[in-house]
Amino acid sequence: IKGKVSDETNQPLPGATVTIDGTTIGSTTDANGNYAINNVKHGSYTLSIKFIGYVTLKQAVTVNGATALNFSLVPESKSLNEVVVIGYGTQRKKDLSGAITNVTSKDFQKGVITTPEQLIAGKVAGVSVISNSGAPGSGSKIRIRGGASLSASNDPLIVIDGVPLDNARNADGTSKISGVADPLSLINPNDIESFSILKDASATAIYGNRASNGVILITTKKGKGKPTLDFSSQFSVSKLGKEVSVLTADQLRAYVKANGTTAQQALLGNANTDWQKEIYQTALTTDNNISVSGATKVLPYRVSAGYLNQEGILKTGSLRRFTGAINLSPSFFTDHLKLNLNIKGANVKQRFANQDAIGAAVSFNPTLPVYSGSKRFGGYYEWLDPSSVNGLKSLAPLNPLGMLEQRDDKSNVYRSIGNLTIDYKFHFLPELHANVNLGYDVSNGRGNVFVSDSAAVGYKRFKDANGVFHGGTKTQYKQLQSNKIFEGYLSYAKDFKSIKSHVDAVAGYSYQDFLTTNYNFPDITADGTIVSKPVYPFDKPENRLISVYGRLNYVFDDKYILTGTVRRDGSSRFAPDRRYGTFPSAAFAWKMINEDFLKGSKVLSDLKLRLGWGKTGQQDIGENYSYISYYNLSNNTAQYQLGDTFYNLYRPGGYYPNRTWEETTSANVGFDFGFIDNRITGTVDYYHRKTKNLLNRISQPAGSNFSNEIVANIGDATSSGVEFNINADVIRTSDLTWSIGLNATYNQNKITKLTIAPDPSYAGSPTGGISGGTGQNIQINSVNYPRYAFYVYQQVYDANGKPLDGVFVDRNGDGVINEQDLYHYKNPDPKGYFGLTSNVNYKKWSAGFTARASVGNYAYNNVFSNTGTQRSIINPIGVINNGSTNVLESGLSGSSDKNVLSDYYIQNASFIRMDNVNVGYNFGKLFKNSGALRVSANVQNVFVITKYKGVDPEIGTGIDNNLYPRPRTYVLGFNLSL
Amino acid sequence: CNKKLDLIPTNDLTSAQVYNSPDGYKKAFAKVYAAFALTGNSGPSGNGDVQGIDEGTSDFFRLMWCAQELPTDEAVVGWGDPGLPDFHNMTWSSSNLFLKGIYYRAVYQITLANDFIRQSSDANLSSRGISGADADKIRVYAAEARFLRAYQYSILMDLFANPPFVTEKDPLGSTLPKQIARKDLFNYIESELKAIDGQLVKPKQNEYGRADQAAEWALLARIYLNAEVYTGTARYGDAITYSKMVIDKGGYKLIGDYTKLMRADNNLNTDEFILTINYDGLRTQSYGGATFMTHAPVGGSMPAAQFGISGGWAGLRTTKALVNLFPGGASSADKRAQFYTAGQNLEITDISTFTDGYAISKFKNVKIADGSQGSSLDYADMDLPIFRLAEQYLIYAEATTRGGTGGDLSTAIGYINKLRERAYGNANGDVTSITTDQILDERGRELYWEGFRRTDLIRYKKFVEDSYLWPFKGGVKAGKGVESYRTIYPLPTSDVAANPNLKQNTGY
Repeated sequence: IKGKVSDETNQPLPGATVTIDGTTIGSTTDANGNYAINNVKHGSYTLSIKFIGYVTLKQAVTVNGATALNFSLVPESKSLNEVVVIGYGTQRKKDLSGAITNVTSKDFQKGVITTPEQLIAGKVAGVSVISNSGAPGSGSKIRIRGGASLSASNDPLIVIDGVPLDNARNADGTSKISGVADPLSLINPNDIESFSILKDASATAIYGNRASNGVILITTKKGKGKPTLDFSSQFSVSKLGKEVSVLTADQLRAYVKANGTTAQQALLGNANTDWQKEIYQTALTTDNNISVSGATKVLPYRVSAGYLNQEGILKTGSLRRFTGAINLSPSFFTDHLKLNLNIKGANVKQRFANQDAIGAAVSFNPTLPVYSGSKRFGGYYEWLDPSSVNGLKSLAPLNPLGMLEQRDDKSNVYRSIGNLTIDYKFHFLPELHANVNLGYDVSNGRGNVFVSDSAAVGYKRFKDANGVFHGGTKTQYKQLQSNKIFEGYLSYAKDFKSIKSHVDAVAGYSYQDFLTTNYNFPDITADGTIVSKPVYPFDKPENRLISVYGRLNYVFDDKYILTGTVRRDGSSRFAPDRRYGTFPSAAFAWKMINEDFLKGSKVLSDLKLRLGWGKTGQQDIGENYSYISYYNLSNNTAQYQLGDTFYNLYRPGGYYPNRTWEETTSANVGFDFGFIDNRITGTVDYYHRKTKNLLNRISQPAGSNFSNEIVANIGDATSSGVEFNINADVIRTSDLTWSIGLNATYNQNKITKLTIAPDPSYAGSPTGGISGGTGQNIQINSVNYPRYAFYVYQQVYDANGKPLDGVFVDRNGDGVINEQDLYHYKNPDPKGYFGLTSNVNYKKWSAGFTARASVGNYAYNNVFSNTGTQRSIINPIGVINNGSTNVLESGLSGSSDKNVLSDYYIQNASFIRMDNVNVGYNFGKLFKNSGALRVSANVQNVFVITKYKGVDPEIGTGIDNNLYPRPRTYVLGFNLSL
Repeated sequence: CNKKLDLIPTNDLTSAQVYNSPDGYKKAFAKVYAAFALTGNSGPSGNGDVQGIDEGTSDFFRLMWCAQELPTDEAVVGWGDPGLPDFHNMTWSSSNLFLKGIYYRAVYQITLANDFIRQSSDANLSSRGISGADADKIRVYAAEARFLRAYQYSILMDLFANPPFVTEKDPLGSTLPKQIARKDLFNYIESELKAIDGQLVKPKQNEYGRADQAAEWALLARIYLNAEVYTGTARYGDAITYSKMVIDKGGYKLIGDYTKLMRADNNLNTDEFILTINYDGLRTQSYGGATFMTHAPVGGSMPAAQFGISGGWAGLRTTKALVNLFPGGASSADKRAQFYTAGQNLEITDISTFTDGYAISKFKNVKIADGSQGSSLDYADMDLPIFRLAEQYLIYAEATTRGGTGGDLSTAIGYINKLRERAYGNANGDVTSITTDQILDERGRELYWEGFRRTDLIRYKKFVEDSYLWPFKGGVKAGKGVESYRTIYPLPTSDVAANPNLKQNTGY
């Protein structure tokens, strides 16, 4: 019997074995994949064709003379030999004891992906990735198991090739790096090879200090094998999917005629302007990436470059990104010394579109034209008031298109992340390694904002000492960030065959320094007149973390795995006597499949039980020094006159000397399973998590501090959940494969304590600011309720189900409707969320989709509440605005101050979203022995099924207030390998 | 390792660094005053002193004004910010954000004063090597800080009756502040004011914007006038004594034209004002105080430019009850009747409609001298008096008609006529007799919208009672009486929760 063994792409597989079952007869394929088994007696046999990493093929054959048989092997869907990156090392997937999910490039989301986390949206149980908006580079809100904190960060720690990044966002949601919407937009997703997501504390505790919200380890691509040049290019077109439903010009005219006075009707115009059409555009994006990779004997290398040019669908917005990455991983002294050098660089040049235009386009009167016909205010139509000094109607909305086109807000940001790791294997004791990791993350962000002095916004905003008016803006900003990390650790790994044991151990030290320099610049009008000068030229906030850590992993008989870790951390954010926290963890795994009673199972091919427990810490509160009171000097527009002198003022700051680590203790029980030769694999995990000493912004007793609210360690919260994922190779033949992956997450959280002593009269701490009511919050953190629960008045409805204007339920029955009648109603976190991925390959064709669903999440429709009342349309300040068509349905006047806090606006925002549908064709080899071309097409954000009444139900904060809409995007891509 | 974790801010200073020089003392001292005018350390907003509410609504004068004027016949507001209509409807709860704002603002100013007083102790001064004339100056600052603290306690006493009580003797953070009963607080304020009398600068001898003895006497007169409400015991004789001291020893006199009291450059008017909160359109910016008083009442057809602003906020108006205090209403010969009526209806049908109710044009960000606009159209220059001579005349007169010892009725009538002669420009409005009830009306005409009305109506037992009604009192058009406990505001729930020593006021 002879023939050829090849892989799924028809490449020969050298070294595959072909054996006849029940005999010792067999052959191994040569370099061209050919095998030959000679001297086989006539008869019927079963052949087994095996290759590591591929599914063993069984083939019945009847030998009747010389027989030629070719085989094509299919790779194993989930290789259990896969090596997974864990903290400070790697582990074989089958030896893992913690809840760790690995996602590699072949499973990534497809299409135009600007920020890395979007690659795994919907791919991992327990991980929710919600894009912040549709703006270019706007990033996402990432939550692993829902986050563990209240006022401190809920973002996971992200580590790229061993460099832990500063947390992505400030507490107020802004980017920590000036000049970009999200710091992760400075990382090219195309360079990423895999994500390793550490979910439970037994896995994350080795990162103790910043691990409470999970850890995402990102590994970039490395070179291997023969030199390869890869070039990929994508071209895409993005369009607005759905407009906010507002009154048409005719509807507005009819509405004002029916409800307004003659004077108000006189404010209407004859135009028919669709303001949303005016501000949005069809946006084009190109994304090109090139890389050269390979390995010489001692030097694997990869060099890549990328160029992304993305337009936003909101006019004037764009992002251009240049990226480059180098990875060199040479080894010396017969692999005793391995170096790994990673350098990534990015330059983003962005123009930010003024997102206020989104709300303005909803509100601006459609009976008015875009342009006024005069040259004033750049030609844009504005509300005028001849009696005012600047000629504009005060507080009236501004022309949405003018807001965009008259503002030039440009940034230029550089960022580089890099590290050198040295791994030395001791000559006298090869089981022992010494590792050093020297890393940096530096950025330089700067930008300029220019608003012309003819623009309505800021028109004549400043009167100088001579009484001359100046308008517009010409300001700049600049920020340097330089974060450094030094780590050193020893690792030891040894098999003790005689006692069937394997031990590996790690012990190390880590020093991290986060230093930012923010430069201050004067406020300048368009013509260069200084409005106010900063008091200080710059500020340099800094914080440090110093840690020691260790891990011991013990495997007995390849069946029982015990892991213990401990980390001790010091944070400069706490007072010296509160500085250190210790974070231990323990895990046990039982590879049940290796027990005799399961070994012979035909159906079950893998079964592992995992038990984990651990404690992690949190210190990321944004404030660096406030464990003692510091005096802050006021700026030049906050001076005070005593006598003839204006003084800048020293103000003592609020402080909290007892602040210390927030601690999250979590327990995890999980099973990994596989059926039918691992054609079906999956995991199921249950976890329970308790956070105590919550870093929580709470009221201080008045008179006891310089601040009435401060982040203190008060409160407890719990969360628990179940995660499930299953992957199945439904069809696995050489021509046709079909795989499906499904993941499901159920999660719930509850606050169990918020005050030092239990106080039933304490409603909780309000959060979640809304538009349409000064300083109003729609959410509250209360004991016995989930985080960010909505806190609202209960609307009363008439017989037809219409809300009764200003009528609410007197829930405490005291005869008065006031804040005491607010109640908890729903919350923005989903009860469950799901991801579904399907991929079909037929010969050279491939097709797939990724869909996500979310159930039980609610949103506050701030667009309805803020624009959908008679008062918002026929505005008392003397303008007519447009509003949501909801006003026709609800008929609300808006005269009640409680209207904006009505539960009428809390809407079910459950949804199913088709994230991506893709199809591809692989031309295979272009030339004789090299070159491969793949062409693909996909549609992103294909459709959303939801009952939610706003534009998009997927709102990270739960407050839907003029979200930059996520566009629908059509992508054409090709990928060339040489 | 531990040393590497000791980091300090680049620009912010420790107390030891701030208070190591007389100049540092002055800048910290200025903050004790500035906290009346500013809402934070970045003007107009962005680095607020009080957390948990919108920074613009954490301003002292704006919130004090809302609490004092909106529940009365003098003012309505059209805005729909949740909790704001509760003032006029008299349905506020202990979660009301505006009450939370004034409460925390007042206690914050007390906390600042406590800190300054602590830092200015003789022990601290000598340990920092400050002595001689410098030390003497700082001792005067400390006495003024005690005055400002007493003033803020008088606000808390008036609005919340039984607030938490902290002095410089209570170290921060270590103990929960105790609650003080209204009566005890009255005694404390009285004793504090008397204790600092010798340390304060003589009337009109201090720098502009700083308190002197006259301010202290004026505050004493004010709390004595209301002593019966606060303590159950009337002190009209003391009110007479202290108002008379201001009148006789202060050296103040009424300026000629009432309509020019509230103007952009009224800092030049040092004749009548005893103590002001100082604002500046360029250097002292906030969304409260003078900016609020000049923007919030402008709407409808009112020409913004004439008010020295870029545009009105279209919120505040008055009820006809105030208009009707003036004989002849809006077109009264009494020039204090500063109403804007064009396009405005006297009757209010809908509080949220700006044109319902006459607007008030008493506050303008334009200069007395030439009517030109202030330094900025967005933030007003006008200074707001917290004590002015006219109030002292009215205190003397009322305490006298109420039978206070030492009062002289004809002197009282003379004082009232001084106000009326300025109002009428001649003696046509003079009175020959005066009753206690007439003084309430005179206070309305003279002091409307300056933050006195609620206190006055409570003293006259007309605030919650159904004996005196105004449009939409209690939330109904014709007006109605409300629960008697509403003469005192509730302590904010957030502080009752944070401080177990606090007992909520009756009724809430």
